[in-house]
Amino acid sequence: MSDTEQRVRAIIAKHLEIDLDKVKSEAAFIEDLGADSLAIVELVLAFEEEFDLDIPDSETERIRTVQDAVDFISSHLPRGNG
Amino acid sequence: MRRVVVTGLGLVTPLGPSLDASWTALVDAQSGVGPITLFDATAYRTRFAAEVKGFSAEPFVAHRKLKELDRYSQFAVAAAVMAWRDAGLADDLPESVRNHIGAIVGVGIGGLDTIERHHRTLLEKGPNRVSPYFVPAAISNMAAGQVAMRLGLRGINYCTTSACASGAHAVGEAFRLVQRGASDVMLAGGAEAAITPLGVAGFNAMLALSTRNDEPLRASRPWDRGRDGFVMGEGAGILVLEARDHALARGARIWAEVVGYGATDDAHHVTQPAPEGEGAQRAMAEALRDGAIDPARVGYINAHGTSTPQGDVQETRAIRAVFGAHAHRLAVSSTKSMTGHLLGAAGGVEAAFTALALHHETLPPTINLDDPDPACDLDYVPHRARRAAVDVALTNSFGFGGTNVTLALARHG
Repeated sequence: MSDTEQRVRAIIAKHLEIDLDKVKSEAAFIEDLGADSLAIVELVLAFEEEFDLDIPDSETERIRTVQDAVDFISSHLPRGNG
Repeated sequence: MRRVVVTGLGLVTPLGPSLDASWTALVDAQSGVGPITLFDATAYRTRFAAEVKGFSAEPFVAHRKLKELDRYSQFAVAAAVMAWRDAGLADDLPESVRNHIGAIVGVGIGGLDTIERHHRTLLEKGPNRVSPYFVPAAISNMAAGQVAMRLGLRGINYCTTSACASGAHAVGEAFRLVQRGASDVMLAGGAEAAITPLGVAGFNAMLALSTRNDEPLRASRPWDRGRDGFVMGEGAGILVLEARDHALARGARIWAEVVGYGATDDAHHVTQPAPEGEGAQRAMAEALRDGAIDPARVGYINAHGTSTPQGDVQETRAIRAVFGAHAHRLAVSSTKSMTGHLLGAAGGVEAAFTALALHHETLPPTINLDDPDPACDLDYVPHRARRAAVDVALTNSFGFGGTNVTLALARHG
């Protein structure tokens, strides 16, 4: 698992207050992890802080699963980070 | 019209995080005032307040939900759950019943701490970093909304906002709804948590707060010559109001009956009371008229009594004007001498104290009344609680904007 993926999963576990081992790649935030739309926005804010990114609202709507978040962040990291 | 009784009480106050702790400390003449610990108040003219101590929201709100609730809503939910249990209401009432149970929770300001924290984020990090929980946590009706979600109350739900009369308006309006048969059961009261950097600075700027920093326990001293302003408090007080026939049918314990509600406005000044407490006079008179109460039956008034130089005199004059010679036979006390001023929560907390005073036949004292102001010449139950069986008691709450509320409660059974 990449360093980025570990950090993403840790943020998810912390913000949704769930055990890290429940944060599986295929888990969907709303259906599987008990998040609501507000919690997802809050999570995206935490990703933006952690990775110094700006995630547009249109992308936020597409981040449904843990893997979606990892993929988006990995492909948008500033050069030299991660 | 249906008769309305109080069957449940829940309190989170500076005297304790429960009904029993608050009432025990109250009749023991304890003060809930101390140095401000919620933020660094070193630079403030007033560095003390009546904070809620020993409170944890977690028995009442799931940890992961806490970020949805400002401190004021956490107090409200805790008090509401305690009131619900105190009333002996079941956790599994059918939907058809819960459709007719509502909640009105008054708050003077709302989620002030939430507003301040998120505003800091806005200034430091920009508009795109403001949390989606800011608005839901900050808005003033969310205490009522959270109470509804926690207890599954599907009837009418809103907040009253009328400064320091907010909680009293909530109880009064809920009383009307049950009287009229719109609801069988209502949860009503107030909540507030405004001991924040901006909140204290704002009241300090108005010169409304006591600055007796060397003696905080003696700072809230209604009717005393040395009073120099109120002491900020925080917390929540929620009552379960219930149609009397409904309460009797389920064998509920009844704390007191709500018998009258009077609400007026001074139409005079943003913060100063009208001369002779004119609007307060009409609120008390209206509560008596509303309940067809002979003034001679009133044995106790839980006063607004904030410990401000003007307000205490005007309330005293208003009581004299309404009751004439009887004003000197009834007892008046200010529980704010012990709790501080809970602003929008005060009306709920003090309605609960008034119900308890009737039920326990014990009048809470006014502490710190060492040297009564000659302009304040009533029986204020100084220093120590007093045993007295009272037939009818009033509770007064007045707010900025000239708003005045009096609730009348009667001993039941």
